[in-house]
Amino acid sequence: MFTGNSNFVSGVDSAFVFIIGISTFFLVGITAVIIYFIYKYNSKRHPVAEEIEGSTRLEIIWTIIPTILVIMMFYVGWHAYAPERIIPKEAMKVKVTAQEWSWRFQYENGKIADTLYVPANKSVALELNSVDVIHSLYIPAFRLKEDVVPGREKSMWFIAANVGTYDLFCAEYCGLRHSYMLTAVKVVAPDQFNAWLAAGPVKLDSAAAAVPGAQGKLIIQSKACIACHTMDGTKLVGPSFKGIYGHKVIVETNGKEREITVDDEYIKRSILDPTADVVKGYLKGQMVSYKGQLSDEDIKQIIEYIKTLGAEK
Amino acid sequence: MTGNIIHHQPSYLEYQGRYKGLLGWILSTDHKRIALLYLYSQLAFFFAGMIMGVFMRLELIAPGRQIMDPATYNALFTMHGLTMIFLFIIPGLAASFGNFFLPILIGAKDVAFPKLNLFSWYLFVGGALIVLIGMFTGDGPPDTGWTFYAPYSLRTNTNVVVTVFGAFVLGFSSVLTGLNFIVTIHRMRAPGMGFFRMPLFIWAMYGTAWIQLLATPVVGITFIMVIADRLLGIGFFDPAKGGDPILYQHLFWIYSHPAVYIMILPAMGAITEIITTFSNRVVFGYKAIAMSSLAIAFVGYLVWGHHMFTSGMSETARWVFSLLTFLVAIPSAIKVFNWSATLYKGSINLQPPFWWAMAFIFVFMIGGLTGLVLGSVATDVHVHDTMFVVAHFHYIVFGGAGLAFFAALHYWYPKMFGKMYNKRVSNIGLLVVFIGFNTLYFPMFILGIMGMPRRYYDYLPEFTFLNQISTVGSWILVTGMIIVVTNLLRAKKMAPEFIDNPWGGRTLEWKIQSPPPLENFEEIPVIDHGPYDLVKD
Repeated sequence: MFTGNSNFVSGVDSAFVFIIGISTFFLVGITAVIIYFIYKYNSKRHPVAEEIEGSTRLEIIWTIIPTILVIMMFYVGWHAYAPERIIPKEAMKVKVTAQEWSWRFQYENGKIADTLYVPANKSVALELNSVDVIHSLYIPAFRLKEDVVPGREKSMWFIAANVGTYDLFCAEYCGLRHSYMLTAVKVVAPDQFNAWLAAGPVKLDSAAAAVPGAQGKLIIQSKACIACHTMDGTKLVGPSFKGIYGHKVIVETNGKEREITVDDEYIKRSILDPTADVVKGYLKGQMVSYKGQLSDEDIKQIIEYIKTLGAEK
Repeated sequence: MTGNIIHHQPSYLEYQGRYKGLLGWILSTDHKRIALLYLYSQLAFFFAGMIMGVFMRLELIAPGRQIMDPATYNALFTMHGLTMIFLFIIPGLAASFGNFFLPILIGAKDVAFPKLNLFSWYLFVGGALIVLIGMFTGDGPPDTGWTFYAPYSLRTNTNVVVTVFGAFVLGFSSVLTGLNFIVTIHRMRAPGMGFFRMPLFIWAMYGTAWIQLLATPVVGITFIMVIADRLLGIGFFDPAKGGDPILYQHLFWIYSHPAVYIMILPAMGAITEIITTFSNRVVFGYKAIAMSSLAIAFVGYLVWGHHMFTSGMSETARWVFSLLTFLVAIPSAIKVFNWSATLYKGSINLQPPFWWAMAFIFVFMIGGLTGLVLGSVATDVHVHDTMFVVAHFHYIVFGGAGLAFFAALHYWYPKMFGKMYNKRVSNIGLLVVFIGFNTLYFPMFILGIMGMPRRYYDYLPEFTFLNQISTVGSWILVTGMIIVVTNLLRAKKMAPEFIDNPWGGRTLEWKIQSPPPLENFEEIPVIDHGPYDLVKD
């Protein structure tokens, strides 16, 4: 259907070749002329200069030629870009939520994933949302980038050509773990994709749901808590969940240090008002309140899950 | 030609005014002393910024943590940007060489408002101190990048308010300097010096001064809005309160893109002077170069949107800004063509300032031509916010304005201090700088095209090799810079020479003694010919 990993690659790459080609020609040409002049009109070889004040004809020539060239470059660049803004109606919609410092992809049937699964050779439209600051969704292999701006509904689209895994970066600086806000685009064959999609939305059957904390674990993964809090004791932006429940920690409250025990009430407060008590050794203001995003029931489930990660060591 | 002027006046360095020592400098309203105050403070900030850059490159020598945590890295690239941009290159050649040579080149005794000029330097130092206070107090140095993009800059806990206020104060220094220069150029030219008899450095300074005066207030107001958002919770830029973060980007770039021309225009002016002097002939295409300076200053106002092709502007805005961006390339190209043509049938004197100017043209061409990639929407979308932009920016601002700063320093050094540096060491230093510069920044173009985003503390393994080359380049560049600056510092200790016109320059500064006397001219010269015309004595 087209060469390259997405429907835009060949157009964008031709624009690159056109612009860089002309630029290289001028860079090499002008440099060569300058070196030749320095050699030829060196004061040793050419002791008396000629006082040439200028040439209107030359000025006109070297104004008009660059003007024509840059207008051609403009046209090539716009021509390759314009289709990126015309989103086909039949495109499969994926809702993208960017949040410090993770990506979340929600499909039309409600399935949520942290990797962007898409079928090959099918148009996919991404609806971009940010819950905190500006991020930018960048897939180098597809030559695509669009900022994800809080408070604005934006979108982008593509057709992936080849089955494979590609990098997806955040390209707009978004704070502490900006360089870790990356995931993958997995392009799979359409039937494989349909099978994957049908396996969701992820709901737990009754037996699995009976395991304490199973529901909470799902919430933690889908709400990107794990971008900053690990479950294995590693220190990231926030404290690890491992072994934290029932543990005594020193927190800073309104500039004063005090010791508290991590209990239901403390976890709930940390979710809804994260800057109230900040554990000593961690930066204040890194986390936003999840008020409105998580229900009381959700929070209860999260607490259940944290309890399963071990009590006081 | 040289050394035949009798020095019967004390130079501005020797002149004893009402105060002695340090006070004689920081209370002097002599434009030349103020120029040196700027020069020394700018060079100090340049070296501070360079050390930060070296540490950043060291962190990036391999994936994962090397010498610092991500919070430190984010603060470091913010401080590197703030120091280099607001404290070194925005004052740039205008504050130091502009202050020193603008009055001399138009045959004036000083600028129009000498006290305002000194006050501008106080504002510069005051603003710089506030920025420094912002870095070392509160909950840590700002980690927003020098762009202070909202809403991140509204949410971060670091010391944004103080730093932004420092930048606000610095803006006043820039506005007042611009105003001073505009009035000086209009009112203080020597008799007979019409606009088209002004040296081309003055034309460049004239364009620059208008940008300083008209564009800087926009960013000043924007910074005040950020402070109001943070302190009073107004929400101009906060989407949670109905504000618009894209508005911030518009306001920021309406100033900050023209600011690039504040940096580069005086650089282009100095390069024009250098090439003409060392070609020993009249400049080629005087009017074309003069008009291109004004064209750059004017069109440069209208291209800010190319920083925002992915931000969410309308489709119309995207193509209009792309087209305008391409138009600003034309006057820059005209300058390069006229510089090359000035070499034609000249009698080229291969001295260190000339080599610096040639190094400038080469890296500036790479910077300018890669700018075309960023002006075209399709290609910009791929490399926007990647290492490609970092490379392009450093080729223009460091390779362009920065190298021109050192070219100007080598060109005017004998005039400013009445002493000559070791030319061989200077050439060696330049060669090392040139190799280091390209090794440091060229790999970033490729990294960007490969897809490595900028402002990354850590990166994927596929980017390792080019990052390592780049880091090695930073060591070479620093070595070159140390050679260059040590050479100039050593020259200051040497005995003064009678070198009033060591390069055979034709403009007015070469007709007075080195270093110049307090009021530059014993008698205000009467101008009856173009600035570069050959006049038989």
